[in-house]
Amino acid sequence: MASVKIPKPLPTLPEDWNSESNFIVHAPLSPAVHRNLSPAGPHFLAHARRKRHSRTFSEDDRIQAQQNVKNVEDEDAGEISEAESPVLLSRDPKDWKNQDHYAVLGLSKYRYKATEEQIKKAHRKKVLKHHPDKKAAVGAVDDDSFFKCIQKAMEILSDPVKRRQFDSVDEGANRDPPSKKSKGNFYKGWGPVFESEGRFSRKQPVPKLGDDKSIKAEVEEFYNFWYNFDSWRTFEYLDEEVPDDNENRDQKRYIQRKNNASRAKRKTEDTARLRKLVDDALSLDTRIKKFREEEKKLRNAKKDAREAEEKRLAEEARIKAEEDKKRKEEEEAREKAQKADSKKAREAAKNAVKKNRRVLKGSVKDVNYFASGDATPAVIDRVLGEVELVISKIDNEDLQTLARNLSGTRGADAIKSTWVEAVGELVKKGNAKVEDFKVFTS
Amino acid sequence: MSGNASPSPPASPEIDDGTKTVIGIAFGNTTSSIAYTTPDGKAEVIANEEGDRQIPSVLSWVGSEEYHGTQAKSHLIRNAKNTVAYFRDFLGKKYSEIDPTNSHNSAHPLDVDGVPSFNLQQADDETVSTVSINEITTRHLIRLRDSASDFLGRKVTGAVITVPTDFSDTQKEALVAAAKAGELEVLQIIHEPVAAVLAYAARRTPEAQGVDRNILVADLGGTRCDAAVVASRGGMYTILATAHDYGLGGLRLDEVLVNHFSKEFIKKHKVDPGNERSLAKLRLEAEGTKRTLSLGTSATISIESLADGYDFHSTINRLRYELSAKKVFDQVVSLVENVVKKAELDLLDIGEVILSGGTSHTPKIASRIAALFPDSVPVNAPATLTTALNPSELSARGAAIQASLIAEFDKEDIEQSTHPAVTVAPHLSHPIGVVIGEDNSFQTILEAQTAVPARRIAQFDVQADGDVIVRICEGIREIVVEKVERQVNVIAEAAIRGAKRGGKVEVTINVGSDLGLNVAARVIGTQIGVRGEVKPEAGSAQ
Repeated sequence: MASVKIPKPLPTLPEDWNSESNFIVHAPLSPAVHRNLSPAGPHFLAHARRKRHSRTFSEDDRIQAQQNVKNVEDEDAGEISEAESPVLLSRDPKDWKNQDHYAVLGLSKYRYKATEEQIKKAHRKKVLKHHPDKKAAVGAVDDDSFFKCIQKAMEILSDPVKRRQFDSVDEGANRDPPSKKSKGNFYKGWGPVFESEGRFSRKQPVPKLGDDKSIKAEVEEFYNFWYNFDSWRTFEYLDEEVPDDNENRDQKRYIQRKNNASRAKRKTEDTARLRKLVDDALSLDTRIKKFREEEKKLRNAKKDAREAEEKRLAEEARIKAEEDKKRKEEEEAREKAQKADSKKAREAAKNAVKKNRRVLKGSVKDVNYFASGDATPAVIDRVLGEVELVISKIDNEDLQTLARNLSGTRGADAIKSTWVEAVGELVKKGNAKVEDFKVFTS
Repeated sequence: MSGNASPSPPASPEIDDGTKTVIGIAFGNTTSSIAYTTPDGKAEVIANEEGDRQIPSVLSWVGSEEYHGTQAKSHLIRNAKNTVAYFRDFLGKKYSEIDPTNSHNSAHPLDVDGVPSFNLQQADDETVSTVSINEITTRHLIRLRDSASDFLGRKVTGAVITVPTDFSDTQKEALVAAAKAGELEVLQIIHEPVAAVLAYAARRTPEAQGVDRNILVADLGGTRCDAAVVASRGGMYTILATAHDYGLGGLRLDEVLVNHFSKEFIKKHKVDPGNERSLAKLRLEAEGTKRTLSLGTSATISIESLADGYDFHSTINRLRYELSAKKVFDQVVSLVENVVKKAELDLLDIGEVILSGGTSHTPKIASRIAALFPDSVPVNAPATLTTALNPSELSARGAAIQASLIAEFDKEDIEQSTHPAVTVAPHLSHPIGVVIGEDNSFQTILEAQTAVPARRIAQFDVQADGDVIVRICEGIREIVVEKVERQVNVIAEAAIRGAKRGGKVEVTINVGSDLGLNVAARVIGTQIGVRGEVKPEAGSAQ
């Protein structure tokens, strides 16, 4: 802090100063008034800083001074500070075509990435250092060759068109692809290659190589981009001869043609080179294989699923057919059984009828055909004839009833009355005529 | 892929280094200004699209078309009901608290749930929508921000806004909210008088900024006048007192001219230009005439079809104007005197006067105020000091300077720095000085009202070989014919032995926030020195 200079002198020490110490305290300060400071202005901010970090004036002065120094250093470190090799310093300015302009300006770590601002600053710095006037001042006379190099570099790099032409052939920015045998990380090896090649792309931004985790779409986009690469790279810078105005028209045209041809040739070569580069990368890219396998797996999975489905369907069909067969068989068996049952019933019925008939015939035979003594064949014949008639006329139910009635009855009269009854029924139903019966009439 | 194409170089990738673009906004009742700080630290006021540096705080709507600034102001004549003007002071206040006097000639505020609002046609059909004061303010700030963005070519990220000293906390909150609604971050709100002081301080060297003095800031605006006494101590500013006059301002001067010209028109044409439209035209032109009178000694006014189809042309000279406006000038002077009295100071205590606000251009006001103070006191106004800055731009400049200072701060940093724990500081009630000379006169080293902790260093001559005494005292103020700060009570004495004639004694006085005193006196370039400490009185400061 600056001190205030006060022109008037300090009084001399009074004679009666009799204290031992050189400092006497008489009284404290009178109380203070609390007021609000306006929170504005640099000095207030300094006050706030001191108060917040509880620094004293001298501490704060020191810290601020340190910070200011640091800032300046940072600024310098952020800028161009490359050592100049003796080879670089002894370059022949006439050989500017083979000169690395970025290295001359100390920008070799930035190269095509250097901004115009950086180039300007770098140039200024180099000029300040290497200006011939300065060299003359330290005794080295007539050595302005490196200064000429600097000027040439600036001429190229400050002109957008010329800078592009130089960038096109700037070997220093190229990255060689890793050799096929090298076992290094694919992404680490090839990433910088594509990054440096990407500087020629008209389309920006250039997709990144990515890593193992990149998805298929990204990888595909990457290779599509590189197979359809749109490059602004040109080769004017490598022209061997530049037509100058002194030559005649034909000569100029000849040189122009030659140059155009060599540019076109180089361009084709470059395109082929890039193509091969991408091919190489693609062949080494493990992701492609991985994606194929995944795809295959996916396809196989589909096929397996389809087969399983088919198998399942077949199995189902088989089970269904079996079930159908079983059901059919069962049905058949049941039908058969049914058939068998009905035959038996029929036979049983037939048997019953036979038995009933036998009972009927037997009943008349048992009572000796209602004859007293030996029955004559005529009587037998007549009775049996009537019995036959009844049997033929009577239905099964009545037959059964009749048979039951007859088997339960004894005695010729009772049997006869039973028959008469049955015949009467028969006649009543209209199945037989009264006049047909002689014996079984009352 | 043509081989011969020479395409443009790769565009340098847009570097988003996160640099913040901050501006200062002076948000006035009548006009607003925007300013930015150039890379070399100078504050510059930005002109909007129409070329105005003082942008009228007026918004107007015709159908869905929004007008702002000077364009909107001209709508006060034919579209007054859809034009909002003088709205700054309504912000953050309840309807019951506002004074709508100045809105008589524009859209009138309405009470919508206590919030002052306006009924405006903002659509192409005839529908009327109710717009709150907050929305109006947001629109205004957006327009200001956009003008600044267009000028700077970068998106404005934050702003420091100036407000009068009587802006309440609710009003500040409302302002911050309105700005936020317009996607403008308010870094800080500072007071107009302090901004004006900052604008002048920025032109000085750091040493000159630290010179202690009391500054009187008179902010003479369009609708109101404010005055403040600011104590500048080591570059830190403490407002000692403020005074406000809400009815005084440039509009009153316009009214003087309007009355004058009305009378003249009636005399000439026997027609009274008393209808609203005629008055609005007259008011607008009278303002221009007033400005011309601030520069030249006479001015003309010409209005086509002022009333009843009569055109009006007239001239007025400055003397006549100053005579008619004498009453207004008197009020301004009394406001200035009043604020000094409120600060419990004398006019002699004022070391510098800053006139701010558009009305400060008026030469008579500047000369009347200058007449109050001794010649040694600079009165910063265009009429009295050729080096004066444009008084209309002071607030915006000060805000821009403050914005650039805190641009790199985090929000938290700003909040902490402006917290009362930091801003409230004990201030010395009496000056501290050293007795010098053979006549034992008092040399002030720390002025009264210096915020502590503070440190001052002074150098004294040594007249003769031998021992000298450094007698540190507290002074009192006494006005006799001129200001004298007389020593009363001796605080401490330090003896320096063996000082050589022609040598210099450097005395450093360090006052701690607890009012403890650290004194170091040494002879420059030698080992001779005395160091001592004065303990604070218990309970003298917290």
